[in-house]
Amino acid sequence: MNKTNALPQTAPDHSLFVRQFKKPVSANALAAVRIFVWRTWKHTSNNLFAYGMDVVLSPVLTLLIFTYLFGGAIAGSTTAYLQYFLPGFLLLTILPMTVYSGTTLCQDIVKGVYNRFRTMPFWQPATMIGSVLMDSLRFASAALVSFGVGMLLGFRPEGGALGAMMALLYTVCFAFSVSWIFSMMGVLVKKPETVSGTSMMLMYPLLFASNILVDSDTMPDWMGVIVELNPVSIAATTARGLMHGTASSGEIAVGVGVCLFLLLLFVPLTIYIYMKKVR
Amino acid sequence: MPLAIEVNGLRKAYNGAEVVKGIDLQVKKGELLALLGPNGAGKTTIVSMLSTLIKPDGGTALVAGYDAAAQAHEVRRNISLTGQFAALDEGLTGHQNIVMIARLYGYSSKNASVLADELIASFGLSDAKDRIVQTYSGGMRRRLDIIASVINQPEIIFLDEPTTGLDLQSRMQVWDVVRTLLKRGTTVLLTTQYLEEADQLADRIVIIDKGSIVAEGTPTQLKASTGGKTLSIQLQHQVNAIDIERLLASQHLTLLQNTDPLLLKIPVTEARCANQIIQLLLENDTPISHFSLSDPSMDEVFLTLLQSSSKEVVL
Repeated sequence: MNKTNALPQTAPDHSLFVRQFKKPVSANALAAVRIFVWRTWKHTSNNLFAYGMDVVLSPVLTLLIFTYLFGGAIAGSTTAYLQYFLPGFLLLTILPMTVYSGTTLCQDIVKGVYNRFRTMPFWQPATMIGSVLMDSLRFASAALVSFGVGMLLGFRPEGGALGAMMALLYTVCFAFSVSWIFSMMGVLVKKPETVSGTSMMLMYPLLFASNILVDSDTMPDWMGVIVELNPVSIAATTARGLMHGTASSGEIAVGVGVCLFLLLLFVPLTIYIYMKKVR
Repeated sequence: MPLAIEVNGLRKAYNGAEVVKGIDLQVKKGELLALLGPNGAGKTTIVSMLSTLIKPDGGTALVAGYDAAAQAHEVRRNISLTGQFAALDEGLTGHQNIVMIARLYGYSSKNASVLADELIASFGLSDAKDRIVQTYSGGMRRRLDIIASVINQPEIIFLDEPTTGLDLQSRMQVWDVVRTLLKRGTTVLLTTQYLEEADQLADRIVIIDKGSIVAEGTPTQLKASTGGKTLSIQLQHQVNAIDIERLLASQHLTLLQNTDPLLLKIPVTEARCANQIIQLLLENDTPISHFSLSDPSMDEVFLTLLQSSSKEVVL
């Protein structure tokens, strides 16, 4: 339906507006989502340096620091710690990135470009869906880099290649689900700074009061309970289990359940708020 | 002549403060109507309602034959908006911006790219097309923004203060583009703070202030009414205003209302008229102390129009 007549029509009466194509039918919902994926991809490729810093440098540095600085103290040796720590570390490095989904969305809405989108005839949620989908590629790149560096440092997934793939896939899915929380905040608040400010308050307790860095068995009982209830712990347990091939079907079900819960709650909510905003 | 835009009793309030107070507007197909008014007059609010960005609180707005509130999607097929601040994606290049918009309008990616190249070239931006918009100057952004607005060959284009903050050269370029749009039969609703801009481009001007229409007419009519120049005459002592009005009316001139009984303000189209008026008044023993001829500032135009709006300026 995107095919249009490429032949120039009669000569224009002015040097401006050189050629006219036949006026096409506006992009459908799927095409609109694709265009917004393309848009976010172009943002990334126009800004490759920052992207590289984000998905390569910061995961590598954090991984090195945690492994060599804390590894010996926490698990007795860096290699033993890496075996425990790496699957959760994937979340530790990706989840802070999910905040971007919200801040960029908010920035877009605050800046003028959404005023143009909002006066154009296409399925409006495409703007958000396209951008969050593309963010998942960022998550996947960072996860792959972290995993690769982990392998170089001596990490070995006991679940084999399949287990590792499943764990990576799950991690990206979980991050995708979490990014909708911040997308909702992004369409709700007036300033991008509000999203980043609030998210840090939310993100750090969730990340550090979890079993990503330390096994909850080593904590006082009451703390252990809180930590185990943390959705980030649930996701980390699932990722760890998949990576080492030890996950029970129950653990997998709970892990996937958390993702579904987040998606079912926050995707419709975000779209609803956004549509109400643009009506 | 069929109407492109028909507005009846349009209202909008923010937090209880009414910013658009029951506006009626008619824009004929193919004409340029300028909404002229100072900051905060409600121009942008009106344009936002007509371009489906916000919903009116009351009244109706038919844009290209569709209700702007109830049939937003249909309206959006037929319009485009160039807002006060360039609606561009700063993280994309100029070319990528135009390709994105063209593809959303349904062009294939190949055609979108060709179209973008040609439009960008015709607006003199070819050299900058692969640069990120963040690096563009105000004038370049504005031109790119207008390209984005003309891609879908809309029936109606809303230009909300398209030249505010632009240098003279960029302003002229925008004017050229607007004239080309008109030549192609596009209907344009333009808002501006500049009397000169409305004068240069508009078929008709609607002057609004504080959310209401103060006056409307062709540029010539408005100039005649508010005066290309304003002749101010200071009197030595008070005289019967009715006599003076009658005297002026015989020469097809009007006396503008003002609060000072010793000050006569008369709009004139040229300096020669001023001479005739002074002569006429002196021949009729008007006690003139001194007089001056000046360009009416935008403020004075509003002031004069507001002062005479009680009489309802019909032009």
